[in-house]
Amino acid sequence: MTLAEFLAKLSALEGEAPGRIAGTSSLDEWTVLRNALVGRQAGEFTAIMNELGSLPKEERREAGARANAVKVALEDALEVRRAQLTAKAAESGPKLDLTMPARDRWQGTVHPVSMVIDEVVEIFRELGFTIALGPEAEHAWYNFGALNFPADHPAMDLHDTLYLGADQVLRTHTSPVQVRTLQQYPPPVRILAPGNVYRRDFFDPSHAPMFAQIEGLVVDEGISFADLKATLSHFARRYFGPHTKTRFRPSYFPFTEPSAEMDVQCGVCDGEGCAVCKHSGWIEILGSGMVHPAVLEAAGLDSEKYTGWAFGMGPARTAISRHAIPDIRILYDSDVRFLEQFGR
Amino acid sequence: MNLSHEWLARLVPHGKSAEQIRDLLTAHVATVEHFERLRADLAPIVVAQVVASEKIPETRLSFNKVDDGSGTLLEVVCGAPNVVVGAKYPFARSGTTLPGGMKIEKRKIRGFTSNGMLCSADEIALGTDHDGIYTLETDAAPGTPLLDVLPLGDVRLVLDVLPNRSDLLSHIGVARELSALTGAKLAGPPELADLPPVPSPAVTGTQEASAAGLKVRIDDPLDCARYTAAVISGVTVCPSPDWLRAAVESVGGRSINNVVDATNYMLHGFGQPMHAFDKAKLGGGTVMVRRAKAGEKLTTLDGVERALDPDMLVIADAAHATALAGVMGGKASEVTDATTDIVLEVATFNAQRVRATRRKVGLSTDASYRFERGIDDAMVPQALALGAALVALVSGGHVDALIEVGRAPAKRPPVQLRAARVARVLGEAVSRDECAKLLASIGFEVVVDGEALKVTPPSWRHDVSRDVDLIEEIARLRGFDRLPDTLHGARPGTVPDHPLWGAYRRVRDVLVGAGLHEVRPLPFTSGRGERAETVNLMRVQNPLGEDEPFLRASILDTLARRAEYNLNRMQGNVRLFEVGSVFAARPGGTPTEDVRAALLVMGQRRPPHFTEPQPPAFDAWDAKQLAITLAQASYPGSSVTLEPGTGHVLWYIVVRAARVGRVTRVALDAPVWASPAFGVEVTLGEMSNAAVAPSGQHAHGAKKRPSGVAPAVTIGRREPVRYRAIPTMPAAEFDLALLVPDNVPAADVEKLLRSASGELLERCVLFDEFRGAGIPDGTRSLAWRLTFRHPERTLRDKELDGRRALLLKTLESTLGVRPRTA
Ligand SMILES: [Zn+2]
Repeated sequence: MTLAEFLAKLSALEGEAPGRIAGTSSLDEWTVLRNALVGRQAGEFTAIMNELGSLPKEERREAGARANAVKVALEDALEVRRAQLTAKAAESGPKLDLTMPARDRWQGTVHPVSMVIDEVVEIFRELGFTIALGPEAEHAWYNFGALNFPADHPAMDLHDTLYLGADQVLRTHTSPVQVRTLQQYPPPVRILAPGNVYRRDFFDPSHAPMFAQIEGLVVDEGISFADLKATLSHFARRYFGPHTKTRFRPSYFPFTEPSAEMDVQCGVCDGEGCAVCKHSGWIEILGSGMVHPAVLEAAGLDSEKYTGWAFGMGPARTAISRHAIPDIRILYDSDVRFLEQFGR
Repeated sequence: MNLSHEWLARLVPHGKSAEQIRDLLTAHVATVEHFERLRADLAPIVVAQVVASEKIPETRLSFNKVDDGSGTLLEVVCGAPNVVVGAKYPFARSGTTLPGGMKIEKRKIRGFTSNGMLCSADEIALGTDHDGIYTLETDAAPGTPLLDVLPLGDVRLVLDVLPNRSDLLSHIGVARELSALTGAKLAGPPELADLPPVPSPAVTGTQEASAAGLKVRIDDPLDCARYTAAVISGVTVCPSPDWLRAAVESVGGRSINNVVDATNYMLHGFGQPMHAFDKAKLGGGTVMVRRAKAGEKLTTLDGVERALDPDMLVIADAAHATALAGVMGGKASEVTDATTDIVLEVATFNAQRVRATRRKVGLSTDASYRFERGIDDAMVPQALALGAALVALVSGGHVDALIEVGRAPAKRPPVQLRAARVARVLGEAVSRDECAKLLASIGFEVVVDGEALKVTPPSWRHDVSRDVDLIEEIARLRGFDRLPDTLHGARPGTVPDHPLWGAYRRVRDVLVGAGLHEVRPLPFTSGRGERAETVNLMRVQNPLGEDEPFLRASILDTLARRAEYNLNRMQGNVRLFEVGSVFAARPGGTPTEDVRAALLVMGQRRPPHFTEPQPPAFDAWDAKQLAITLAQASYPGSSVTLEPGTGHVLWYIVVRAARVGRVTRVALDAPVWASPAFGVEVTLGEMSNAAVAPSGQHAHGAKKRPSGVAPAVTIGRREPVRYRAIPTMPAAEFDLALLVPDNVPAADVEKLLRSASGELLERCVLFDEFRGAGIPDGTRSLAWRLTFRHPERTLRDKELDGRRALLLKTLESTLGVRPRTA
């Protein structure tokens, strides 16, 4: 083939293509035509291009440039027509009723008690706490003895216990994690220990034989009750709002001394007293106290050198009041109609 | 502990309102849980003044105009003879309910309208006077609530006394605290001002003593350190005087008779349990403290006959047990209307012995509650003298003798307190003298010892043995709210996050994303669930119920029961997961505890949509996908394979050559309309309950793996992804439809395809299975799509054809698999 013949073929294609392109009336026809013109296997343009190699080397440059220009023109024309046909197809086809619902997916949910745990963990993470865990099937020593519970004393009556053996219990609180952690790691210790605990309490609307607890523990040199108050009040303000008022009441736990309950002012009545706060103006949030020296000593620490504070709270109580759940058993039933409510 | 506001005020004239006392106690002592105005039933009654009055002819009635402060004069008909114009009376407006339950309605009497009632004392339960309406001597304006005018409003404060503070189980104990907090001095209550004298001194003995026809003997000095008794003769058992009855009722008690009420007054007032015996019923005029004999029986005051055993401590006469020591008296020696002579007991019983006795008989009483927590043992002789005098006062009897056997308690050892330690624990300096003053204010004996204090707790405090106990007293007396609360920076801790926490959060994220609900159910089981796992079930020794006495060995067992719960409520779309512990009994040791993640799915795979009104149900292939997702989240960075299982186990989940879980068909007690249920369970790690270190020691710096950090497979470190160039060359692909005999696993075919295709193979996907027309029996048609790509050039058709031919040849020669011909 000569250069002239090559260019003539290109010009012929360039001349007739626009009409053929404009003549397509559907996207299907357009696709057939595009393959016929520029398809890599059998396109007319491709066929011409395959002749390029037969031209003398010095003529290929001119031929190639011309071919490229024709190709760009063809592709532009094709693209314009495709856009026109697409718009036409959208107009002429059955119209989508765009008010119809989206295709849905099942929505998974986090348990409401876990949500509370997450939020508490997040706030204490900001203060440098890490997460410690411990077994639910626990030695009586970790559950009671190491925590300074007097043997055969009414203090034990506060922890109606499920026994697995003579010296084994289902832990009645997350406090055993305090002793395990202190034995394992040297101070400074700043941990949060969420987990399930057990009591021999029969199910009723406000009691469950197993429930979640969140334990917190700080042990270092120079830790005081002021740190306890400051940290827990900070937590209350982060959790319940920046103007939350707290109060600390004397309490008793064998493993803390002094011991204090922390209340926050009732947000429903602003402390005036209402049904939610049982007319006290305050809502009990957590128990806390300075770690009893006997606990530090049980974990092999020098109780003169180190001091610490600890707290424990029940996230279920918060979940119940926040979501107005009338019966604690609902948290355990696992009824999908309940769980679904926490999706969106 | 029920407290009467008025009783407290008699012991410590503090001049404060009940509300102030409530707030003081809650802030400094113990929480007041309930606050109850005892005459709240009178709250709607107001003061009203009669402005005009005229007789209604031919009746005893009067027609009155009454000012009740509402601004309008009300017309009221009254039947009482003593209506005086200008006088003030208690008035119940129409609509009010009277204490007796009677509701006052507006009504017509003889043509006159009556809009309420002027009340007599009887009608508002202030006494029995029914002769006329109750005239109020008051300056209060009409409309003032009656309770603001009359001193009727005793308030009951219910104090939440925790086990360490037995001293607060009496009015005197709380009064001591209020004295310290308000500065008001303790006072003798007026009702005890004129007590008759009692003999002094008491007749004493270390093991035995006798006087006034009574012999007292302690056989078990370990369980009864001191026993004191008074002999009171010539008593008349009858209803109590008004003040005593009111005192007993003010704390929620029921008045029984003068003698019993007097002992209850001593218990609630001074925290000393007392018991009165009918002396005539004590055989041999003897009171003996001893262990019960095997086979011995005693009918207690509540009328229940109880079998005794030698672990129990009793009071006995010469022949029989007459009381369960420190718990309850016996019916036979009960004080009755016929009683003339009394033996009054005040004693110190061992706390553990009383606890053991009352637990055995299952009977907790006001007395046992106090003995278990500790009474003021030093005060026992004084309590006896006071109690005996009180009984004599209210019963007209005479105290013949006081007998005291046993020993007085030793003084408690002093505790050293340093001001520097106070400052370190509280975060605030409190001077030595301030500490001394505060501790002395609640009865501690304080001696200055250089820079430190030597502090001896009073006999009523059983909870003070270390300096921190004293620091707590100082902190609460000053008030926790006064202590500083500045947030300081802190050193970072040494404890790394527990790996199972990270695993839990990863698993939860992917499963919530996959549309499952997290659950937190109870982990108890009947043991009839998950078959293969019932072997080593851990049994709870004192289970909540015999229907579910075991701890679960599988979370799927729990999820299956939860699925059935939903099916029973017509909920067939169930997608649940839990991360929690499973347990297995271990002979002679603590149970093993593993943390697992498990899921159960059944029902529709997707929510119905108008494009798909009946979505397909979850099948085994969904379960397989969820298993891979769950396993990868559990063991990131490790490759996960699923090995086919047998029976109800569809696959075993294998990570680094270890079986870490399984995929099962879950057998449910399900209705016919339910779809099949599938379960996946993966072990995340062991939660070891091995001791970290012996008591009093730690394991800091020990090389051994920290306890509780023993995952079934070491959780892999996720290798960083290495960038691969985005391909620039086109891919080429072809399909292979193969006749695969049923005994040749698809995985074997795919493995061969992958190994025989060469390194240019990019993807190899099984995309079709077909059985039926044209396919020989015992085989199925399986089709794979193979995608090849060369990094630098376009692959030619010839090259692909060559590969295809080679693959077919290899398949036939190795596996006997041939292509499916059209
Ligand atoms: Zn409120």
